[in-house]
Amino acid sequence: MDDTRTTTKIQELTYELKVEDVISKDIATVSSKLPVSLLRDILYKKRISGVPVVNDGKLVGIVSIEDFIKCLEQGEMDALIEDKMTKKIKTLYADEPLVHAVMKFEKYGFGRFPVISRKDKKLVGIITKSDIIKGILKKLETAYHDEEERRYRASHIFNDIIADEVFLKFQYYVEGKNFDRAGEAATGLKKTLYRLGLSPEIVRRASISTYEAEINIVAYTDGGEIIAYIDPHQIKIIITDKGPGIPDVKKALEPGFSTAPGWVKELGFGAGMGLPNIKKFSDKMTLRSTVEKGTHLEIIIKLSDYRNGE
Amino acid sequence: MINLKDIVQKLDLKVVTGNIDREVSAGYSSDLLSDVIANAQKDNIWITLQIHVNIVAVANLQELAGIILVNGRQPEEATLKKAEQENIPILLTELSTFEIVGKLYELGIHGNRR
Ligand SMILES: Nc1ncnc2c1ncn2[C@@H]1O[C@H](COP(=O)(O)OP(=O)(O)O)[C@@H](O)[C@H]1O
Ligand SMILES: [Mg+2]
Repeated sequence: MDDTRTTTKIQELTYELKVEDVISKDIATVSSKLPVSLLRDILYKKRISGVPVVNDGKLVGIVSIEDFIKCLEQGEMDALIEDKMTKKIKTLYADEPLVHAVMKFEKYGFGRFPVISRKDKKLVGIITKSDIIKGILKKLETAYHDEEERRYRASHIFNDIIADEVFLKFQYYVEGKNFDRAGEAATGLKKTLYRLGLSPEIVRRASISTYEAEINIVAYTDGGEIIAYIDPHQIKIIITDKGPGIPDVKKALEPGFSTAPGWVKELGFGAGMGLPNIKKFSDKMTLRSTVEKGTHLEIIIKLSDYRNGE
Repeated sequence: MINLKDIVQKLDLKVVTGNIDREVSAGYSSDLLSDVIANAQKDNIWITLQIHVNIVAVANLQELAGIILVNGRQPEEATLKKAEQENIPILLTELSTFEIVGKLYELGIHGNRR
């Protein structure tokens, strides 16, 4: 472990994080007046090696699997927990920096420390070495995500570019009849829209509508394309293909109407809900089609909240 | 909200991909993908017997909490790969849809409120 850069980052985090940030709060406790025999269930079922003993929220001791085994060997299962537990215990305060916990683990070599609140001395959780590692990893992960997002955030673009009108254009090509790649355009658009800083609800509506249209290209045509235009006010998505076209557009829009062949149905598509779903998730939808020529679908999603998106 | 980790543990589900440390808002069960798109909501757990790769795209677009595959069905290779890439939890059970949904309901996972 001699990578000084990561060591410092982790050390930094052990000062930044508090004990309460990493502890398990959902823990089992026992009362001191119970017989030792009751520990079997708790220790075995939860696979833990020690339980804090608590009376009225106050920590009075800790009882471990070793204590339990000793009682088992000596036939003392009816003894009370309070006579068999360890009473002098080392604890940590919830608001201490994590580095204190690290030092205590090194100093005493225990497997766990109960964590109490400084104010009323009540037990709030328990900390193990693996809690510390998990807590640090989680923090590193969020730090990484924040950084990544900042790097990709392009939401300022409309403010930075000086022109009377600005719009962005993203184009995707969709292969016909290939369900292995179906959804790639919609998923790609989704990621792109997130990077533009659009709200999750808008991104969801746009990408789900695109997905249904993409599936139709895959299921019914030999291929087509999807173009998304984004300006400060709206997302316009245009989905086109070169045939076979829809003979009765009105009928195609009815919920439940489907001409999907068996192989498409087997995959769970072809419920006749694609176009109705697009209608439901978009602000405006226009479908035009000419048999043998192709189909042209336009979807609009309004962006009233764009500039609030930072 | 119930943590997916707890559900996995209590219902003895087999985790094949994805990070299961996330919250589940409600459940939805269907084998028709467009139906899931129409009616499932963010953070739902989805119960289905479909095992092909398109279920990952649906879960990803809907931002579902995870997919439970029933009747002991195994996901296809491509499904696994994609789910790993997109970090979508895929969970397996030997139980049928009816049974697993019943157990989820007992745990407090209900349908989406209308
Ligand atoms: N791009 C397209 N080209 C040809 N036909 C289409 C196209 N999109 C939709 N359709 C027709 O419209 C019907 C309804 O579509 P949709 O609402 O998505 O339901 P589903 O795809 O489940 O059948 C389809 O079954 C198909 O006959
Ligand atoms: Mg369709």
